[in-house]
Amino acid sequence: MDLAVRTRKWLRLGSLFLLCLALLPGLGGCQRGSKSGGQALCIAGSTSVQPFAEKLAEVYMHQHPGMRIDVQGGGSSAGIFAAQQGAANLGASSRELVAAEKNLHEISIAWDGIAVIVHPSNPLNNLSLQQLRQLFQGKITNWQALGLPPHAIDLITREEGSGTREAFEHLVMGKTLITPAALVQDSNGAVREIVAGDPYSLGYISAGLVDERVKAVAIDGVMPTRENIKNQKYKLVRRFLLVSREPPAGECKAFVDFILSPQGQGLLEAEGLVGVK
Amino acid sequence: MDKGKFVERVFFLLALSSISSLVIITIFIFEEGLPLILHTGLKDFIFSTHWAPTKGYFGIGAMIVSSILVTLGAMVLGVPLGLACAIVLAEFSSERLRRLLKPTLELLAGIPSVVYGFLGVIWLVPLIRDHLGGPGLSLLAAAVILGIMILPTVISISIDALTAVPDVYRDGSIALGATEWQTVRRVVLPAASSGIITAIILGMGRAVGETMAVIMVAGNALKIPSSILDPVRTLTSNIALELGYAAGRHREALFATGIVLFIIIMILNFSATIITRRR
Repeated sequence: MDLAVRTRKWLRLGSLFLLCLALLPGLGGCQRGSKSGGQALCIAGSTSVQPFAEKLAEVYMHQHPGMRIDVQGGGSSAGIFAAQQGAANLGASSRELVAAEKNLHEISIAWDGIAVIVHPSNPLNNLSLQQLRQLFQGKITNWQALGLPPHAIDLITREEGSGTREAFEHLVMGKTLITPAALVQDSNGAVREIVAGDPYSLGYISAGLVDERVKAVAIDGVMPTRENIKNQKYKLVRRFLLVSREPPAGECKAFVDFILSPQGQGLLEAEGLVGVK
Repeated sequence: MDKGKFVERVFFLLALSSISSLVIITIFIFEEGLPLILHTGLKDFIFSTHWAPTKGYFGIGAMIVSSILVTLGAMVLGVPLGLACAIVLAEFSSERLRRLLKPTLELLAGIPSVVYGFLGVIWLVPLIRDHLGGPGLSLLAAAVILGIMILPTVISISIDALTAVPDVYRDGSIALGATEWQTVRRVVLPAASSGIITAIILGMGRAVGETMAVIMVAGNALKIPSSILDPVRTLTSNIALELGYAAGRHREALFATGIVLFIIIMILNFSATIITRRR
């Protein structure tokens, strides 16, 4: 074979290989799981549930080699739809089912509470839901409006796409938008770090991650304690659900049982949620 | 086929594979990002400042402005410092001092950006918050950190440009009765100007592209800043912040942000190449 032809052939092969590498992340998901043979489960839905489902799947797959669990995002509605269509074994939802979706089997796996936090030196103890909304709408920008010594408020929010932000928007903001003047951090830990260092800041994080370096504020007079989150006295709470078309059976049931077992619930609590058991 | 030819061909293929990965990355970014730009329209994408991707608003105007401001700030701090450093090292210091200081300065380039960011958060940010006001996480903090980060790029390329000026220029100028400073200012600097401009442009490229350190100290707010103490979000921060759980249009919008960034960096690199060639 002539050199030029051979070079061209190798080039073509090489670039094909690289192309495959580049395209791999774009594929994946459920199809890849089911094609690889063996046992495979697919969970799709809420991006708020996704990191927790990934964590659970990782531990479960470690304990059950040969078992494969694919966790996908897409949003609660997409997950519920996928479960209805049977495209996913389990749909993950961070909102309650509406009437038309009640034919699905729902399994609640955890409570997610959001705590509003300030610096420990801040005398603020209570906010109404209304005040909280006005704060994040950018209508209250000075501590003076809340009866404290005058100073600009350093507002901290989470990035778009964050589950905690999605929940906060749903529970507090309603249809209104979070002000673009708010600082944005990409994790609960980063928000907590800034609030711990800045006496004039106010932010929100998962209730399970509040520690002694920051102070949680009561909302409408209710503190975000485990009990108040569980019995939903605290306002900023939502339920994480898994839904399925049929009652879970076989491998699916085994995984759901694992989530509801003390170990699974412990994993969720360690990540900042409140267990259902 | 003799051994030399064979080795040559293997290296040729390896070289091509690195170039093809660049090509594939380019194709991939454009393929993922272009649909969104076509969907929202280029004008709305670039000039709108309303960014709420989960609600269907994809305007990166504020981030473009912020990226430019942060980069300019870094230039204002980094270029005079870097240039002064380069002039002292290339023209006014002994060979021994140069051999000690140049590698030390280049060490700055080896420090991971997350370390700069961390230093910024625990040291610079509280300093700004306590003495100048605002939340501390700000345009100013980002500019200072980036100003330091671009020093090695600016210094080492400027030194190369200055030492490339032939000694006969200096000797001639001194022989005409000019002082050493006059020689540097009137003869050496103009002769090295294209190299120095290249150094500045490459420093700019580094500042525009830096991500981690900027995310940590800039505050990432979506507003166009009204003072240097306001928090800002750059193009790179936007991608890194939101990539985690972005899906659908939101993900496309982040790739489209990448396209804009890609074009900016390409323009900077091409102008650096052109200026260097002109010499």
